Amino acid sequence: MNDKLKAYFRTDHLPHIWCPGCGNGIVTAAIVRAIDDLGWSKDDTVFVSGIGCSSRAPGYLDFNTLHTTHGRALVFATGVKVARPDLNVIVITGDGDASAIGGNHLIHAARRNIDITTICFNNNIYGMTGGQYSPLSPTDSFASTAPYGNADRTFDLCRLVEAAGASYVARGTTYHVTPLTNMIRRGLEKKGFSFVEAMTACPVYFGRRNKLPTGVDLLNWQRDNAVPVSRAAKMEPEELAGKIVIGTFLDVEMPEYTETYERLLKEHAADRSGE
Amino acid sequence: MSSKELSAETPVRIDRSLCKACGICIAFCPKQVLEADEGAIAVVAHPEECIRCRMCELRCPDFAVTVRGDRGG
Amino acid sequence: MGETTRRLMQGNEAIVEAALVAGCRFFAGYPITPSTEIAELLAARLPQAGGRFIQMEDEIASMGAAIGASLTGTKSMTATSGPGFSLKQENLGFASLTEVPVVVVNVQRMGPSTGMPTAPSQGDIMQARWGTHGDHPVVAMAPASVGETYEATIKAFNISEALRVPVVILLDEVIGHMREGVEIPRAEDIQLLERKGPSTGPADHLPYADDGTGVPEMAPFGTGYRYHVTGLFHDETGFPDMSNATADTLMRRIMGKMERHRDVYEWTETTDTEDAEVLLVTYGSPAQAARSAIRRARREGMKVGEFRVVTVWPFPEERLRQLAGGVREIIVPEMNLGQLRLEVERVVAGRARVSGINRTDGDIFKPDEIYAGIREVYGGER
Repeated sequence: MNDKLKAYFRTDHLPHIWCPGCGNGIVTAAIVRAIDDLGWSKDDTVFVSGIGCSSRAPGYLDFNTLHTTHGRALVFATGVKVARPDLNVIVITGDGDASAIGGNHLIHAARRNIDITTICFNNNIYGMTGGQYSPLSPTDSFASTAPYGNADRTFDLCRLVEAAGASYVARGTTYHVTPLTNMIRRGLEKKGFSFVEAMTACPVYFGRRNKLPTGVDLLNWQRDNAVPVSRAAKMEPEELAGKIVIGTFLDVEMPEYTETYERLLKEHAADRSGE
Repeated sequence: MSSKELSAETPVRIDRSLCKACGICIAFCPKQVLEADEGAIAVVAHPEECIRCRMCELRCPDFAVTVRGDRGG
Repeated sequence: MGETTRRLMQGNEAIVEAALVAGCRFFAGYPITPSTEIAELLAARLPQAGGRFIQMEDEIASMGAAIGASLTGTKSMTATSGPGFSLKQENLGFASLTEVPVVVVNVQRMGPSTGMPTAPSQGDIMQARWGTHGDHPVVAMAPASVGETYEATIKAFNISEALRVPVVILLDEVIGHMREGVEIPRAEDIQLLERKGPSTGPADHLPYADDGTGVPEMAPFGTGYRYHVTGLFHDETGFPDMSNATADTLMRRIMGKMERHRDVYEWTETTDTEDAEVLLVTYGSPAQAARSAIRRARREGMKVGEFRVVTVWPFPEERLRQLAGGVREIIVPEMNLGQLRLEVERVVAGRARVSGINRTDGDIFKPDEIYAGIREVYGGER
């Protein structure tokens, strides 16, 4: 293991539980590299996760780590951040965790623009439970609960989070790992709610049922179907079907929740001091 | 680390205790530095070809690959 | 410093004032009748005390946020009512297993479902014990007056912090909204318990080790103790371990800590039990009507006593067993169709006859109804 990475890992808990070819380790290492670039202190950084394969990542990271309930990582993270705004708070979640059971929390964390960075490991499937389709499974793809193909339409989480009010939204892939790392670093730096969707491979439960049975196949799939956001803007919707639009969708400065709260308390403290 | 020192040993190291033999590092190495052994674990077959682009390390899902030295030695 | 003061306040207000005195500095909530005043008051009062308030998107979120805040070392609370209490159960179980102190107020209303939102009930008494899945430790308190609500709230934080267990305060709509004069104790007379911090440096800290008390030491996030908290079964390092031996050790420790620290949370009141032939087992607001009924029955020569449980869960088994030996009839008045009666019957185990007086129409007991129930034991009209 790279010495630089090693400093941030609980190496006695490795190797991790993820399957051969699973991309979760690629995203996890990208997060660590981004933190290392920024020089963040392990003591002052909190990782919060929900339930699913991706949500096991914090257990391997030598930080303050909190592995919560399904879909709820952001609410625990909100409690941590409001109580200790000085701490860096990072949420690791998966596509099912963030978009289905935790969808409402994602909307409202983005709406508040609270200074939390959310990294969504999107493997297009519920992996931990054995390959049921998620809101991010492609239409027509196969899953253990979609033996005839998935009739659901696919959720574009980046558009959702952007519309809900986040400050930074980007999508990367484990194939394009250097831009992904840069997106994560930008998300971490951003004061406000930032969201990075990281396309990651699940060869065992998504890949095998969809003629992409190995991690290599899935990285090739990411490479062959990724379209940079600038190019996508000039493409017709039909051309974009089945493509993965990658890049930065939003990068703006907006008032952050805990700072706004502090400002309001200062402004109105005198009005209520008599109580 | 000088290029002279590097040339004396392999620039890529595979931690066999972490490697899960997924083959990603082998498949995406632009210079075919790596090959699979009989257990599908990556071995450094052509160290002299390594350009230190680090893609094997960055894309390794198991934190098992380390590339030493900067790009271009 | 200062003198005892008397203040007129609602039950919901008593929760707020006592929580602040107890050191509560974080509240997450969601609007729901009849508990909303707690959120409204804390929104104003917490910042004045250096605390923080947040209104979350739902009850699940409020519960999770309170646990997250508590992990930073901040005493935390959430408040709700019936339907919201159902939603809190998921993360209440998380707090039980991960042993994160948190106080949950449930101002009970008529259920199930939306039921009668402004009508009082004690229908959640069993849910407070067994609402989340799996065996789990939890404390539930049911004060009988506004003054006792104040006292119970301080005690709830003390229990939660000392034993690292979620504590539920079960009000009912009557106490939540009733105004009573409350004797506010002098600051120096209030004893506060704090969670036990780490006794070692970060390198040697084992976040879930039993130091002999059954209650592990707890380091706040962001203080150099980098450890793992998970809702999976875990060993003393805090990391997941699905082995049978670890699961058994953990479950027996978290349940066992409750059994061995009964002195921290057990709270019962006995009145007129020395010569009692009939014993009323009461909790919550019906205890007020019961007290009047007992006084009247006593005046008329009926030997009636009262065993009032303030801490309902874990149930004061031993104390009731002792009392049950000396009486022939036990009556449990409840604003439900007999939930705590089940527990009383289990504990009494045939030592005395157990019956209930039950209201489930959204109205409160009148002393006459309970008096009539007592008189019935004595053979009706006298």
